[in-house]
Amino acid sequence: MTARLSRRFAELKAANRAALVVYVAATDPDAATATALMQALPEAGADVVELGMPFTDPMADGPAIQKAALRALKAGASMDATLAQLQAFRAVDETTPVILMGYYNPIDSYGVERFAADAAAAGADGVIVVDVPPEEAEEITPALKRHDLDFICLATPTSDDARLPKIVAHASGFLYYVAVLGITGTRSAAAEQVARAVARIRKHTSLPVAIGFGIKTPENAAEMARIADAAVVGSAVIDRLAATLTADDQATPETIPTVATFVSDLAAGVRGARARA
Amino acid sequence: MTTHLPNSFAAGPDDRGHFGPHGGRFVAETLMPLILDVEKAYAEAAADPAFQAEMKGYLADFVGRPSPLYFAERLTAICGGAKIYFKREDLNHTGAHKVNNCIGQILLARRMGKTRIIAETGAGQHGVATATVCALFGIPCVIYMGATDIARQQPNVFRMKLLGAEVRSVTSGAATLKDAMNEAMRDWVANVEDTYYLIGTVAGPHPYPLMVREFQKIIGEEAKAQIKAKEGRLPDSLYAAVGGGSNAIGLFYPFLDDPSVKIVGVEAAGHGTDTEEHAASLTMGRPGVLHGSRTYLLQNRDGQITEAYSISAGLDYPGVGPEHAWLKDAGRIDYVSVTDAEALDAFHKTTRHEGIIPALESSHAIAQVLKVAGSLPQDHIILACLSGRGDKDVDTVARAMGKEL
Repeated sequence: MTARLSRRFAELKAANRAALVVYVAATDPDAATATALMQALPEAGADVVELGMPFTDPMADGPAIQKAALRALKAGASMDATLAQLQAFRAVDETTPVILMGYYNPIDSYGVERFAADAAAAGADGVIVVDVPPEEAEEITPALKRHDLDFICLATPTSDDARLPKIVAHASGFLYYVAVLGITGTRSAAAEQVARAVARIRKHTSLPVAIGFGIKTPENAAEMARIADAAVVGSAVIDRLAATLTADDQATPETIPTVATFVSDLAAGVRGARARA
Repeated sequence: MTTHLPNSFAAGPDDRGHFGPHGGRFVAETLMPLILDVEKAYAEAAADPAFQAEMKGYLADFVGRPSPLYFAERLTAICGGAKIYFKREDLNHTGAHKVNNCIGQILLARRMGKTRIIAETGAGQHGVATATVCALFGIPCVIYMGATDIARQQPNVFRMKLLGAEVRSVTSGAATLKDAMNEAMRDWVANVEDTYYLIGTVAGPHPYPLMVREFQKIIGEEAKAQIKAKEGRLPDSLYAAVGGGSNAIGLFYPFLDDPSVKIVGVEAAGHGTDTEEHAASLTMGRPGVLHGSRTYLLQNRDGQITEAYSISAGLDYPGVGPEHAWLKDAGRIDYVSVTDAEALDAFHKTTRHEGIIPALESSHAIAQVLKVAGSLPQDHIILACLSGRGDKDVDTVARAMGKEL
């Protein structure tokens, strides 16, 4: 695990609470707003930031994140712009781990080795590539290892006990459990089901387990924070952002405060979760 | 990477679904166990004589196979060169080659105990073929189709609905085949337990490119036997249109290891490959990863997928099956492209001089044939895939002629 990520999970473990992981898409709705918004997230209560690398064809994402990607691309999103946003973040925040999340083609196009080198130099801690399952992981893991970046793997309700070892074999940093069968931002999972799945996953790995997909409210986030080591919220954050934009997708003075307030609410949920339990 | 010529061009893919550097299984983890299930079930079915016999029965009595190999005498005379033969996939039930694959996959889905079918469609031919086999077996199906394609392929949309399918309009992106495929994958991720994704072309993650090729290679197997019966020898050249590439691989595959046979795949150049409006992924694109496999893609320098364009909805896709990508790299197949205007011209010529209204997709292959036939000797035999009939395209053709129906 990278130093920043292991330090963050160790601190949280000592404080007996889970991490709030907040997803935002790079360059959404524009480079300046996205940069300022990202910088506001830790103070609002995000323990880890997941920075989406926009892609034209986000096959595992629901409407909220699809639209975020398209807004970002319209505003000039590119791998260079994503890494520049991350670098700007690192200039003001040395401690909050940042995970780059996206699809393989923009990475493949940029060059895997060059991507790993530049992402590490910009201050990334880990990478999630949705469409690179363990079967294709060799494409990317050697380069990530060379540059000390964690390869965060996804486990899903379809990953059975026979398959989990295969996933864990490639995983580092933490394991991201996709709580529902489906795309981001649609249905939510029942807590009991997720708890059973997390218990099953913990038999296969000592990595921290994060839960994502379908966490929409501070209450959801609190529920998941009692079960796992981290709760990931993406689409619900993006929905708040989208609601503040003008008809032609321009940021307004409300954009950053609205998202920050929502993240604070989520953080309160996550931070209070185990005390109330 | 060092390139060395393989002993056979027909040996791929390897057991991980790779055709050289192309292909593979680039899907979200949610889908991975399903892909492995499909692979296992397909391997068992392929080795099961009962499955093969059942499929053969439906192909004969429901689809109407074998499809004829037709000597296009008047087009041959007009070009004044090579003899032109058409493999008449347009005469299949549902009007195109797509049904060959649908019969194979629906039997597989039933064997796997799946109770719901989803599919993507561009021109609507695969959607119609899927809706047809679902009606045949009484299985509910949902067809994803781009809103742009729905507008230009109304007759097929209505046919699908008549057959009992639910047609879901996809409005993301350019609202064409690529976006329909994204949406179908999103549906599959959410409904993995009961749903089978019946992909219509030799694209997508392994085992689809392999499986769809195996279900379509009957085109080439029949054509090979038929041309030998008519001419006593192999053809000199083969032509087929390439969008995703299933009719093309179906015709080409059984000839890959016949070195005397020149093979040409014809992509859609739309308004011209010197414009940004075309669908020529092999001739103008570069390798990348989309919809589960590595292959040639239309993409910008940042790896964002760019929109494809063709007058033919079935060719309007920014990728291509990975086996085509590999056969291009290996130099076994030449890939060329023809424009909307050339395809329309071939459409009219075939209609007027042969009494066959070809699909706009197939018209691309015919256009290339008409370009080259005149300069070839009279003992040269061309075999082209007439992959579908053009009834569905008459509105589009009328609009291109400045007429409203």
